[in-house]
Amino acid sequence: MVLQLIQGLFNGLSIGSVLLVVALGLAIVFGLMGVINLAHGELMMLGAYTTFVVQNTFRPLGEPVFSFYIFAALPMAFLVAALVGLALERGVIRFLYGRPLETLLATWGVSLILRQFVRSVNGSLALSLGVFCLLFFGAWVILSRLRRDWSELRNRVLWGVGILSGAIAFFTHKVLDSNPTFSTLWFSARNVDVTAPPWLRGGIPLGNFQLPYARIFIIVLTLICVVGIYWFLNRSNWGLRIRAVTQNRNMSACLGIPTDRVDALTFALGSGLAGVAGVAIALLGSVGPNTGQNYIVDAFMVVVVGGVGNLFGTIIAAMAIGIVTYLIGSGTIAALLLPIDALKPVTEFFLFFATTSMAKVMVFALIIAFLQFKPAGIFAPKGRTAEL
Amino acid sequence: MTQVQDHSPTPQVLNPPLLGISGLNVYYGESHILRNVDLTVGQGQMVCLIGRNGVGKTTLLKTVMGLLSPREGQIRFRNEIITRKSPHQRARMGIGYVPQGREIIPRVTVRENLLLGLEARPQGRKGNDTIPEEIFDLFPVLKTMLHRMGGDLSGGQQQQLAIARALMGKPQLLVLDEPTEGIQPSIILEIEAAVRGIIEATGISVLLVEQHLHFVRQADRYYAMQKGGIVASGATKDLSQEVIQRFLSV
Amino acid sequence: MTVDILSRSQSLKRERKRQFLLEGIAIVAIAIFLIGVMPLLLTPFRLRLLGRFLSLAIVALGIDLIWGYTGLLSLGHGIFFALGGYAIAMHLQLQLPPGQIPDFFPLYGVTELPLFWQPFYSFPFTLLALILIPSLVAGFLGYLVFRNRIKGVYFSILTQAALIVFFNFFNGQQKLINGTNGLKTDTNQLFGVVVSSQPAQFAFYTATILILILLYVLTRWLTSGRFGRLLIAIRDDENRVRFSGYDPTAFKVLVFAISGGIAGISGALFTVQSGIITPSAMDVAFSIEMVIWVAVGGRGTLVGAILGALLVNYARTFLSEQFAEVWLFFQGALFLIVVTVLPDGILGWLRSWQWGKVRALLGMSAPVVTYPSLEQDPEVQKERQEVGEDGNQ
Repeated sequence: MVLQLIQGLFNGLSIGSVLLVVALGLAIVFGLMGVINLAHGELMMLGAYTTFVVQNTFRPLGEPVFSFYIFAALPMAFLVAALVGLALERGVIRFLYGRPLETLLATWGVSLILRQFVRSVNGSLALSLGVFCLLFFGAWVILSRLRRDWSELRNRVLWGVGILSGAIAFFTHKVLDSNPTFSTLWFSARNVDVTAPPWLRGGIPLGNFQLPYARIFIIVLTLICVVGIYWFLNRSNWGLRIRAVTQNRNMSACLGIPTDRVDALTFALGSGLAGVAGVAIALLGSVGPNTGQNYIVDAFMVVVVGGVGNLFGTIIAAMAIGIVTYLIGSGTIAALLLPIDALKPVTEFFLFFATTSMAKVMVFALIIAFLQFKPAGIFAPKGRTAEL
Repeated sequence: MTQVQDHSPTPQVLNPPLLGISGLNVYYGESHILRNVDLTVGQGQMVCLIGRNGVGKTTLLKTVMGLLSPREGQIRFRNEIITRKSPHQRARMGIGYVPQGREIIPRVTVRENLLLGLEARPQGRKGNDTIPEEIFDLFPVLKTMLHRMGGDLSGGQQQQLAIARALMGKPQLLVLDEPTEGIQPSIILEIEAAVRGIIEATGISVLLVEQHLHFVRQADRYYAMQKGGIVASGATKDLSQEVIQRFLSV
Repeated sequence: MTVDILSRSQSLKRERKRQFLLEGIAIVAIAIFLIGVMPLLLTPFRLRLLGRFLSLAIVALGIDLIWGYTGLLSLGHGIFFALGGYAIAMHLQLQLPPGQIPDFFPLYGVTELPLFWQPFYSFPFTLLALILIPSLVAGFLGYLVFRNRIKGVYFSILTQAALIVFFNFFNGQQKLINGTNGLKTDTNQLFGVVVSSQPAQFAFYTATILILILLYVLTRWLTSGRFGRLLIAIRDDENRVRFSGYDPTAFKVLVFAISGGIAGISGALFTVQSGIITPSAMDVAFSIEMVIWVAVGGRGTLVGAILGALLVNYARTFLSEQFAEVWLFFQGALFLIVVTVLPDGILGWLRSWQWGKVRALLGMSAPVVTYPSLEQDPEVQKERQEVGEDGNQ
């Protein structure tokens, strides 16, 4: 009985941990720029695929090394997701500053592209993309050095250069695609599986149950991320800059803080966290192009419930949503209530919601109810900053 | 009919002005806010903008800081055109801004607020986290509050913090937007004395928007604004009663 | 002076009347073309496709009403769309000899018709339900969200979460509404005619066009008068509306409910023309796609919403028939391009471009100035003369 509850809490905690890492990145970016990144789930998915690639790279190296691939996967996933996030911020989001709803739509577009990219990426696609970037940005850099009147020419020239390098890249793609080395898909639309290293298999026995090491690892990983982010935001120079820009963007700029660099850095950091979350979910099950979508809406809810610009609120919200979802969804509550005859209708009510998807229905209802009392989340910003 | 003449202390030909604004036109959407504004602030000069509410004084200062971009006109600072530069670049070139309403970062400690002022130094902050004693000499009250949140300070303390924060960056031009607005009289005098002290000690230039006559009189020159344009200017010592009545809400 | 203003306002009124008349003629012409000529040009399959797209254009109208005019980005219109679809599908499923229940029920061991199915025996009730249920759900959801002044991105992600919740609910409840498999309508009968038969489909096609026109007129009426101006005011500055003594919450709830009802009608028409409704109508992607139809056409213009829905859907059919992979890339790019390059959509772009041309022809290039320039202001001139001036030293 008690053990069952402990196990329920533990599993809920581990779900909450994954949510927390995902939501942490979202919350920081949302607090700073007022932007919700719908492609956040896809950055997570990229992190998971990076784990898969790192695992396959380490496999030939043999046992003692292979066991620790996860420690190489973590920074790699962070880096890959952070770089893609950086490109997204520099390439799209910064032009949409102050238009959050449009940003939402644009990031959804990016999310669609990333999902399809993973499905259809092969050597020729990757190479032609590289060719395009090389030509386009190369021309950009060279022209901006050569021409003094660059800022006036820029828009017209970039269209031309873009179309030209696009055509060359398309041609490269067509040529390379006839060659089987380049035309085999890297991942295809099927799910890929990451095998946890041996030391993460099994778990601590606890009565009839066990607490899996993989989940403990995720909880520890989350803890490290949270402490790291807390330290970064509150103790480092960049952290102070981020906090200042979050609270008062214009004044921060007038103080000499390069706000565009703060934006880019924060966005990259948030995206990198999504990548780390990707490693975590890769340990929990198989990974496909749509994996990100399964977690992302819950992560949004964490941001909504947690409130803006407060790490602590995000933590509580993530844990609460994780634990409640698990306790209801797994039927733990129903099972606990079962022996008590007087509560039969209540038990039946909980049984009705005792599947993963029905639990989400219940949790959403709870969240809406919660928002009736605390519309701005657990820790609402006070005073004049409260206006969104 | 008073004719006000130019009595600026430094001859402008020899010494190019620190800040020069010419032909500035600023719009909010379609509304024309600033019309053909010309203004200069010489080295070591203190210039005061006067005018009733809503004539565009704050807009002018925001444009100087780069928070608004003009549709026409030019802003020069230290002989460099800064019209297209971003606020943070201007801050790093040496313009310290004390905005209307103080704009203290609320959920950051007083100490951190001051440290943020270091960002405006040309080389950035670079791990520097000492607050020079002179700041506390000017505003002793801040020393006791270093670990309070900026948003918890009273209006007068916030104003002092805002000025101190701007000074942390060692600016050459201090832009002050109504530093005495909504502040109790005793602290107004304190702030006034501090600003005077700063000018004497460092010789920096000041561009000030002020309604408080006593403070206005500290300035070397004044510019009077009406409906978005400069309508009068001259030395403050020639400030006539008529001009005062017209442009200051006393 | 006053006479001048009066006659001007009268001529403005006349001008508007003339415009409405022109618009009416255009609508009737298009309707005649769609109903009379199109069936001769297209194969039944293509015509059914067109009918489906036209019914999707209806939901685009609803989205435009709340997003284009009121500034609320709903990512959950799939809920209302599906509710409408399920309502009509339930009615069609019940067209059985007395005593029988729809054939999926026994598969899950259900022998008795669930209670909430009963009223759907009645056709009038179904018609009412397919509008009212989505509106009520939208209104209730809207009330809970808007009354707390939750707006902007928060509203969008809450609607998306609601969408997923409804999806999960419909997906999981096999015993109530056949879960993932959804409800088929093709083989059922309506008034003794098989739904998938040609005459029935043509009737649906015609009905779609007529309802689209009706709803276009309705939304046009809503958005052109005081109500429309209020919606735009809410979009642009909600607080000012509140301080002017209006209650934006009530208007937002109302407009969200109307929009939900419109989506319900659209869902019902779509369902009978596609032959099935499944929870996948509440897919996250589908609901966001609805928004992009409006964005492509031009938000804040009702014609744009209709046009956008047709264009994007035809593009989708064309592209996924030709190269299946490309569609998602294309759609993603569409989102990016519309948001960054064409924020006012095709219609907005056409309009600004043509408007500029017209103005250039008339030789009026000066932008509107809200108050006369300083140089002509007598007060300032007087000030200058009296006080003296040396602005440019």
